[in-house]
Amino acid sequence: MEIEPGQYEMSFSRPNEDTLLVRLAGNWRIGGRLPSADDVQKQIDSGPRIQRVAFSTEGLTDWGSGLLTFLIKVIRQCSRKKIRVEKAGLPKGAVKLIALASAVPEEKGSQKEGVREPFLSRIGESAIAFGRSVVEMLGFIGEATVAFMRLLKGKARFRRSDFTLTIQQCGVQALPIVSLISLLVGLILAFVGAIQLMMFGAQIYVASLVGIAMVRVMGAIMTGIIMAGRTGAAFAAQLGTMQVNEEIDALKTLGISPMEFLVLPRMLALVLMMPLLCLYADLMGILGGLIVGVGMLDLTAVEYFNQTKASITLNYFWIGLFHSAVFGVLVALAGCLRGLQCGRSSSAVGDAATSAVVTGIVSIIVATAIITIICNVLGV
Amino acid sequence: MNQREAHITVKDLTMAYGDFVIQRNLNFTIQHGDIFLVMGGSGCGKSTIMRALVGLKEPAKGQVLYDGINFWEAEPGERDRTMRRFGVMFQRGALWSSMTLAENVALSLEQYTDLSPGQIREVVSLKLAMVGLSGFEEFYPSEISGGMQKRVGVARAMALDPDILFFDEPSAGLDPVSSRRLDDLILELRDSLGSTMVVVTHELASIFAIGNNSVFLDPETRTMIASGHPKKLLAESRDPKVHKFLTRGEEGARKQ
Repeated sequence: MEIEPGQYEMSFSRPNEDTLLVRLAGNWRIGGRLPSADDVQKQIDSGPRIQRVAFSTEGLTDWGSGLLTFLIKVIRQCSRKKIRVEKAGLPKGAVKLIALASAVPEEKGSQKEGVREPFLSRIGESAIAFGRSVVEMLGFIGEATVAFMRLLKGKARFRRSDFTLTIQQCGVQALPIVSLISLLVGLILAFVGAIQLMMFGAQIYVASLVGIAMVRVMGAIMTGIIMAGRTGAAFAAQLGTMQVNEEIDALKTLGISPMEFLVLPRMLALVLMMPLLCLYADLMGILGGLIVGVGMLDLTAVEYFNQTKASITLNYFWIGLFHSAVFGVLVALAGCLRGLQCGRSSSAVGDAATSAVVTGIVSIIVATAIITIICNVLGV
Repeated sequence: MNQREAHITVKDLTMAYGDFVIQRNLNFTIQHGDIFLVMGGSGCGKSTIMRALVGLKEPAKGQVLYDGINFWEAEPGERDRTMRRFGVMFQRGALWSSMTLAENVALSLEQYTDLSPGQIREVVSLKLAMVGLSGFEEFYPSEISGGMQKRVGVARAMALDPDILFFDEPSAGLDPVSSRRLDDLILELRDSLGSTMVVVTHELASIFAIGNNSVFLDPETRTMIASGHPKKLLAESRDPKVHKFLTRGEEGARKQ
């Protein structure tokens, strides 16, 4: 239906001194400009002795919500001025619908008031909220630890198939994106290093640069960030949707801890898969460096390989793997925490996924800084 | 009002998901001003039929005619115009969760009318008042109960005063009083505005209270096995399935 603007007509007459007769004609459906109840108000104000308002609707061809909103407003204005409204001249259906609309009184106190909080109070509120979220996060980590202990004792309740499915989702299925990104990161590192090192004729050290950087930290960070964006967000969205659909409540009523049933398999899967993905990313990064070394710097593949082998020690691998295992815990925790904290609407699921990625990436970077400092102090 | 004229005609309609046929060879006519019921047990494809009527799922075969216009073969523009004459209430409300109730109802008014923001607010208040939710304008869907969400779904469906209102299981999940109120609202809207109502339901109380025409879908034979006024069907139909459905299986139970 193309909604035509309402072709309405309204005129007034005074059949006797205390009566205002409102004549309504034409099409009173919503669509275009709706008639204004203020015109009736003006008429009432101009004749101070008006005691009642009556309607005549013979010329009314069609009506809808346009007429109803108009009438409701007129009735409200008149009742405020204690003027009687004669409904006899109105279409029967309209009278019934108005009665229906006023059958349930307005919920008092349910109207939200848009009061703006003072600045300091808002700062206070957010500080309290921050404190509460820290407590919640610590509580979550504690619960996850307890669940893990139960797993060690062999008492944790979860389905092995969920665990293997998650391993597949956050392991094998992540390989393509991890390959692409790590290869390119290795390539970029080699390019950036090569420009500087070529000035000294030391292009062979590109192999060391790429090898050490990838193995020690870049491989782990890149996989961490990829997994935060890919798997962390997926965990949050999945658990969030389960929260919306009351699936998590259903688990609780069965006495199954969502922590054991949902969080534990995801966390274990990610902690197991992240170091493997990290190793793979290291390899791909070194391959990226090799492409630049062989293609641009006139090194042979064997030279490049030997230089890489000479410059990285097993220690670097352990450091890299330790990073990635920590990131696995962080990404899984962030994803599951935000998922379980999710509100009960679809927009809350979006917020949960966003927040999971942000929390994941921030915690990855913070953890990297902390581990790097510790390694420095320990001299490894 | 052009009563007793075919408003929606369904011809040889077959609905399928891939090769899996849900319902086949459906033929029925919905007149202007009818309260038409699509009945049948759970899983018989009632909601799927509604999806074909409102333009969400293309039928595998057959036609749906609106005032003689073949909906699924019409030009996209024509189809859009036809769709704007509908209002659809979904089974669980399907409210947009990022919008307040008022914004939910107001969206179509903002998009398709020239009303001022103030007038839109008035219309929105009226629609919410009609479903008994006056004063809840600024709430978000997640802050109200499931039954209330459904009622807002009705308010949203009738925002533009549509010619045809589709209801998917309107009374499921509502308390008896709200359910009765909704039935009254359906009757009242039909009587006052002359809208055509298509109601997918299996609530017996509603079926007998509001319906004046119906089609009964059978999940086993996957087609319609009865049609007509529900009270007449109860009195005259010889099909045991229809009878069992309309009597809650009580007659069969008594015989045993």
